[in-house]
Amino acid sequence: MNNFIDLFFNLEIMAQAWPLLFKGLIITLKLCAVVILLGLAGGLLLALGALSPRKWLKWPTIGFIDLFRALPPLVVLIFVYSGLPFAGLELSPFMAVVLAFFLNNSAYFAEVFRAGIQSVPKGQPEAAQATGLSQVQSLVHVILPQAIRNVLPDLLSNTVEVVKLTSLASVVSLSELLYSANMARSITYNSSPLVLAALIYLAILWPLVRLISRYQRGLAEH
Amino acid sequence: MSFLDTFFDGAVMAKYLPDLLGALVTTLWLSAAIVIAGLSLGLGLACLRTLGRWYLTLPIVAFADISRALPPLVVILVFYFGLPGLGIRLSGPMVLFIVLGGVLAAFAEEIFWAGLTSVPKGQWEAGRATGLSFMQTLFDIALPQAIRLGIPSLVNRALAITKMTALGSVIGVKEILSVSSSAQSFSGSATPLTMAALAYLAIFLPVVIFARLLEKRYT
Repeated sequence: MNNFIDLFFNLEIMAQAWPLLFKGLIITLKLCAVVILLGLAGGLLLALGALSPRKWLKWPTIGFIDLFRALPPLVVLIFVYSGLPFAGLELSPFMAVVLAFFLNNSAYFAEVFRAGIQSVPKGQPEAAQATGLSQVQSLVHVILPQAIRNVLPDLLSNTVEVVKLTSLASVVSLSELLYSANMARSITYNSSPLVLAALIYLAILWPLVRLISRYQRGLAEH
Repeated sequence: MSFLDTFFDGAVMAKYLPDLLGALVTTLWLSAAIVIAGLSLGLGLACLRTLGRWYLTLPIVAFADISRALPPLVVILVFYFGLPGLGIRLSGPMVLFIVLGGVLAAFAEEIFWAGLTSVPKGQWEAGRATGLSFMQTLFDIALPQAIRLGIPSLVNRALAITKMTALGSVIGVKEILSVSSSAQSFSGSATPLTMAALAYLAIFLPVVIFARLLEKRYT
């Protein structure tokens, strides 16, 4: 038991590793902010494309979404980071991660937005336009607010997945939280820094996970 | 032309095809094992939770919450690099199986449980009133409905988690991504990465399309 505590919950080593992990956490948070915003924006555009009545827009968009739903995000990341330089496009680890996760996350957010928009009864956009709203106005003021409310739990759970996904950036040596923790582990020969990183992820994500479960329960009871 | 040479070099493709096919088989059996273990464990936990005993519910909820909140890669690294210090030495594929199977079990438990709680109370009472035991009511009345309700989410979740077998490349599992990454650095060509992407599409694109059809049928 002592051995276990010494190897996984060594407070002294955790304290030593904390400054490094804190720097990593800041990079993780920045990365989250960028990829969540880009993912939401890209997802909304793709959802509108996938629901378009124009076939030349609809089918390529759906193809794009399915392509990135089928590819593992790590594969996309490695392709962008080590494959694109062969085509003359060399990106910094941060930009490679942003680009790869933008492609992956927009596909996932697109599916959520699509389900949300489809959940709004057809009569509503018709009514909105009959009262003189333009197509854009009816989208922004009538359809989207309801669509987003209807799929809020899914948006939230997708956002949790995106935060978890940022840990993959450690594979291309971006010094975010997990990379810093793993670095500290290999210097100290002790897993406590990894456990500390896990605790930080838990502190951020557990409240969100709880919230999602409560939402689902709420939906089931009504 | 140079684009084709870089990403679709025929000679490189031919050279690494056998290795990659072997890796494809590894990815497939690992995925199958994770899906089977994860779904059965999740189903079992959701059923245990219906008993309503706090000493069962509490650990199940804690397990489901923690496994859903932690990035799998963190847990994979702790298992792979940390456990040997306690004398527990697990192979790369074993670590991947335990961690991803556990994560899928956590999500599946939540999905099955959401399905079970959506079965109206009256049906449970009616089941018991007609003389069925608790277990019979659970298995013959509540569970079939819960599973039906959960199928689209389960397929999507199983897909997302089996895709994570690519994380095995970080701990030396010879699956598609790791084999093609090392082929890429040996050959000095991006072609093996293209082959990896194609291999993943061959496995997962049919599942994505199947999930779409399911969703259309169920909604």
